[in-house]
Amino acid sequence: MEKTEIKKILILGSGALSIGQGGEFDYSGAQAEKSLREEGIEVVLVNANIATVQSDEKMADKVYFLPITPEFVEKIIKKERPEGILLGFGGQTALNCGVALHDSGVLGKYGVKVLGTPVEAIKATEDRELFVKKLSEIGLKTPKSHAVNKIADAITAANKLGYPVMIRAAYALGGLGSGLCRNDSDIIETAAQAFSNSPQILVEEYLEHWKEIEYEVVRDAYDNCITVCNMENLDPMGIHTGDSIVVAPSQTLDNKEYHNLREISIKLIRHLGIVGECNIQYALGKESDDYRIIEVNARLSRSSALASKATGYPLAFVAAKLALGYSLAEIKNSITQKTVACFEPALDYVVVKIPRWDLKKFRHVSRNIGSSMKSVGEVMAIGRTFEEAIQKAVRMLDIRAHGLVGNDFSYDVDKELESPTDERLFAVVQALMEGYSIELIHKKTGIGKWFLHKIANVIETEKQLISYGPAPEILERAKKQGFSDKQISVITGVPFSEIRQIRKENNIVPFVKQIDTLAAEYPAVTNYLYFTYNATEHDIDFISKKKKVIVIGSGVYRIGSSVEFDWCCVNSVRALRNIGYETIMINYNPETVSTDYDVCDKLYFDEISAETVMDIYGLEQPEGVIISMGGQIPNNIAMKLSSAGVKILGTSAESIDRAEDRQKFSKMLDKLNIDQPKWKELTNINDATEFAKNAGYPVLVRPSYVLSGAAMNIAFNDNDLELYLTKASKVSSEYPVVISKFIINAKEIELDAVADNGKITLFAVTEHIENAGTHSGDATMVFPAKKIYTETSRQIEDIARRIASELKITGPFNIQFLARDNEIKVIECNLRASRSFPFVSKISGKNFAEISTNVIAGKSHEDHGDASAGVSFAGVKSPQFSFARLKGADPIASVEMASTGEVACLGKNVYDAYLKAIIAAGSKLPKKNILVSIGGDKSRYKFLPFAKILDNAGFKLFSTEHTGLFLGENGISSTILYKVHENKSPNIIEFLNGTNGNKLELVINIPSAFTQEELDDEYVIRRKAADFSIPLITNLQLARMLAEAITSVKESELEIKPRDEY
Amino acid sequence: MTGYIELEDKTRFNGVSFGAGTSVSGEVVFNTGMVGYPESLTDPSYKGQILVLTYPLIGNYGVPADERDSFGLSRHFESDKIQASGLIIADYSPDYSHWKAAKSLSEWLKEHNIPAIHGVDTRALTKKLREKGVMLGKLTVSNKDAPIDDPNKRNLVAEVSVKKKIVYNEKGSRKILLVDCGVKNSIIRNLAERNCTVIRVPWDYDFTRETFDGMVISNGPGDPKMCRETIRNVASAMKLEMPIFGICLGNQILALAAGGDTYKLKYGHRGQNQPCSNIQTKRCYITSQNHGFAVNMKKMPSGWEESFINANDGTNEGLRHRNKPFFSVQFHPEATPGPVDAGFLFDEFLGMMK
Repeated sequence: MEKTEIKKILILGSGALSIGQGGEFDYSGAQAEKSLREEGIEVVLVNANIATVQSDEKMADKVYFLPITPEFVEKIIKKERPEGILLGFGGQTALNCGVALHDSGVLGKYGVKVLGTPVEAIKATEDRELFVKKLSEIGLKTPKSHAVNKIADAITAANKLGYPVMIRAAYALGGLGSGLCRNDSDIIETAAQAFSNSPQILVEEYLEHWKEIEYEVVRDAYDNCITVCNMENLDPMGIHTGDSIVVAPSQTLDNKEYHNLREISIKLIRHLGIVGECNIQYALGKESDDYRIIEVNARLSRSSALASKATGYPLAFVAAKLALGYSLAEIKNSITQKTVACFEPALDYVVVKIPRWDLKKFRHVSRNIGSSMKSVGEVMAIGRTFEEAIQKAVRMLDIRAHGLVGNDFSYDVDKELESPTDERLFAVVQALMEGYSIELIHKKTGIGKWFLHKIANVIETEKQLISYGPAPEILERAKKQGFSDKQISVITGVPFSEIRQIRKENNIVPFVKQIDTLAAEYPAVTNYLYFTYNATEHDIDFISKKKKVIVIGSGVYRIGSSVEFDWCCVNSVRALRNIGYETIMINYNPETVSTDYDVCDKLYFDEISAETVMDIYGLEQPEGVIISMGGQIPNNIAMKLSSAGVKILGTSAESIDRAEDRQKFSKMLDKLNIDQPKWKELTNINDATEFAKNAGYPVLVRPSYVLSGAAMNIAFNDNDLELYLTKASKVSSEYPVVISKFIINAKEIELDAVADNGKITLFAVTEHIENAGTHSGDATMVFPAKKIYTETSRQIEDIARRIASELKITGPFNIQFLARDNEIKVIECNLRASRSFPFVSKISGKNFAEISTNVIAGKSHEDHGDASAGVSFAGVKSPQFSFARLKGADPIASVEMASTGEVACLGKNVYDAYLKAIIAAGSKLPKKNILVSIGGDKSRYKFLPFAKILDNAGFKLFSTEHTGLFLGENGISSTILYKVHENKSPNIIEFLNGTNGNKLELVINIPSAFTQEELDDEYVIRRKAADFSIPLITNLQLARMLAEAITSVKESELEIKPRDEY
Repeated sequence: MTGYIELEDKTRFNGVSFGAGTSVSGEVVFNTGMVGYPESLTDPSYKGQILVLTYPLIGNYGVPADERDSFGLSRHFESDKIQASGLIIADYSPDYSHWKAAKSLSEWLKEHNIPAIHGVDTRALTKKLREKGVMLGKLTVSNKDAPIDDPNKRNLVAEVSVKKKIVYNEKGSRKILLVDCGVKNSIIRNLAERNCTVIRVPWDYDFTRETFDGMVISNGPGDPKMCRETIRNVASAMKLEMPIFGICLGNQILALAAGGDTYKLKYGHRGQNQPCSNIQTKRCYITSQNHGFAVNMKKMPSGWEESFINANDGTNEGLRHRNKPFFSVQFHPEATPGPVDAGFLFDEFLGMMK
């Protein structure tokens, strides 16, 4: 068989994490790199997502932290001259970029061969008309559909099909711009938006409540085909599969249905000529064998990542090999090392995936879920009963749910069942408890009766627990159905520790099972493990010659915690392996690299809870547990683990508590004489208002033990304060809430560091471009810091040393500071790895996660000092927002984090790096039309010099009334536009939607102050900018930065260099 | 009601009874397919065996009504009754849901007087069978256990084969003689749907008086060497040099009729994900399988070649005569349950007849 002779391959990554394109592509890209490099192929990666594992220097020969756009990639191709390119590992971003490069002739010009699925096949899956035509050639069914290019045609098509219909945008990921339309006016609204994302939209028959089934299909160049996994959505058609609860394998399909769809999948993949992997989505008739093929993704996808983790079959790894010309039968099954990759995994467990939403973080957002994806992460749970798996999964979401039952949630059931939101599952539980019949719930939601019966089983067990308490037989039944000890404790009122004791006394314990792809048919060497109570023996023994260390993973991705903590975990595990430990990883996030079973020696794909960690600890008897790499989730169980006798490696749990508990921390700072904003612990509302009166509004409300500013809010008056205090105390009921003076116009500076027994051995100082008030996760960061006074740096280092020493820190930590006129205040300290660890590590070349781990393990006491020493270039990290997907959300950054991802670029100076970073985060640099709308003369005045720069550089400025008048008074001409509600021309809306052919290319909208609700007009401008994909800047410092940058560096002259050339 | 399965080596797994209240004994085998329990349970190849399903959640879609197709064959079942002696699973779903379902798995098992238990760590049981090989076992669900009985000492084929000749699709364009060693309905249907008249005859039927265009030797239970009459008849049919197609047990019988040999596998192949490579083309097919014996390729006489091998363990998956129209496969091209990728073999067979 002829293998490709190619020696150098370019892989396109997926860029920043956004809704619809999450961590799964770090996993698929990382697998592709491993797969190619073991063949001796030189790998070049383009991906500005600096927090990924795939962009580690160890993973690729060359890494370009640059935007994945045709312009940049062409320049990279010109420089690197790769012989082949992989388009299928970086999601829709890579696919679109690759197709554009192919169509423009760039790939041909440089002789770059597209490996794997040919571009023609990709197009057949992306262009809807072509897709339908292609499928009908072999008699396969697609939804009745019309592709249109005009709104008027959409209306005609809809009337032809009959309402309701679905509108979908072609060439868009995650169902962006799609929606259900019940009449002509729905069409006008939805279609306008869809057209802003795609030149073509589809009007389709609406298959309400048909079953939604997916197949992951693989084909090699020799026409061997397999389906690796099928999956069934618990939420039927109508809810985007990314927002659906998904079960693998399918549960309610009989042999005929299962194999009929399988056969169609294989016919389809052959007909399209895919080489590698693809995902096929089906709608299956409710009461018939009828089906429709909804969509084919000719690339690795979120579903393929899930299928890989669900089955243990490494789809991305295999797909990369197939792209090189291997046949399936030539590739080994990496789990068994005995059998071949040409087979279909047989599961002997059930997998449940549940999406994680974070909609509460947004103002104005609609919480309804539907055809457009809104979730920001997902969890996967494994069990040997459905009840066991789904209850685990619910807890993994980390939304303070104990499982399906035992929660204090309450819903308007009828409303939830009619129009589903992110919490529908709990509303279904409530409906069953309130006596709604399974038939009725099924009718309203379309959720299969089999699933509803299983949920009802859990409710029945809860009733028994309530009636009889934790009697051994009931306890056993509950544990087999995935109840946690905590959940049982909440339901029965018997303390957690007692539940655990009754369990142990009655030998009700979990067993460890392997995921081996073959349902135990062949012996497997697999280290991929999970717990189940539906078993009577362990698959493995726990004996090892090596000393073991457990690293706790980062759990579910949500706003504020995603791939960056996975990077920390993976690097920590690597470091531990290097110094000879047997490493044990605990994580349950299917989008991660840390859950790749070859990253660690043992992978427990299970819950990160005190109960599960203690169970694993008890069986494995490790030296200790590292909890400082996975972000907030492991941090939060530190005290529980420690008091249960688990050895925490590195900084002690007591110290973590002193930093996390706002009150203890503030007291400690007072004791150390370290300045901080005025603060007070909340005791009652009167005290709080009294404090606010003395300190002066605004004040900041801050709960303890939270991540990404959850329920953190700025109060401007007594009303705000009362509202936010209630919200905050709900979020962290077990820990104190503190209020502090909110300081405006201060610079925010962060310190990432590693300490060894209280002594700092490595640190990096980063500055935010935005002033305090923008959450650090949403801020644009510069490293090495450029605009900090020497005195400020000195003070920061000094404070950090005192805190490190006081808390006897061993391992990673992060401190956030406010600086105004050389006055430094500490606002926060986390005794764990931070979000910016991968950023500072990759810019400085000093791996903070690895160095922390070596310190924790006592392996190294080397003093690395200031990480920025010798860094002569600039690194800029920019946030990625997903506002376009969050219908209605106010696209503005605030104290509660809202970005879903980040990118970072390197450059010869800050401007060079900054411009590349914002392009990488999806912005297009404006060429001409800029709208300026600034609230308050103070801000307008501050922006004035930069407006002048833009004006001088030849940009055409538009403005809202007050801003325009102000600019005019100061000699800058701008076109004043009418507000949307004024209904007069020239109106802002025409320039936002571009119907007048003169679309805005940048909107600078700076709100006057941090008031609770902005004026409607302002909100409309921001929202429409997001809806019509116009770059939006809402922060004065950022606006200044952009103005300076675009007028001092030309886009065409941005530096194109891989990491190692800096 | 509790029950248990006890293996020859005295290993015991407890469970909860959800089938008939009769205790049985038999050979305990496992199947790794994730769908198709109605098809598997009615497959005559499971005669005498207690079936362990490795997929834990069973009964989800209930059991369909016994409808007949235009050939008079059961649409959803592979024979007219449950053939396995007993069933062992992990998690039973009494609340089934499917538009085709007429009853629950439990009701169906009880109707056919077949015992079953759930709540068993089927993975642990499977590992035991994998490590020690298939074993005899007793499935006890009542006060009385059944005496140990080794089904391989019986002529299982004789038990499941049709007693009298039956003809399907009389107006077909070609006549296929189907030697029923325990044939699955899907094999008959695959032939009839390809416009063949199928003459289904008992395993020991003397077919020298029949006229036909080709012969199919079916799947079936147990040790192929027990089918002495079939082997002898097939050997004489080979002299006619007309097309012969063997499936599963038919593969083994063809080998024995040609003068070859078979042996018992440690725990067989039962599932829907077995990769089989075509020796010539290197193409690999995912196949449905259910067998405990295999052809010993080393003992095949000259003139025969191996057409398929199992890509996982290299065992024989098919034979082909170098210059005569005889071929056979160890897997199930008729699928049901399982993938239908190998269905083209029926076309190849018919192609031999021209």
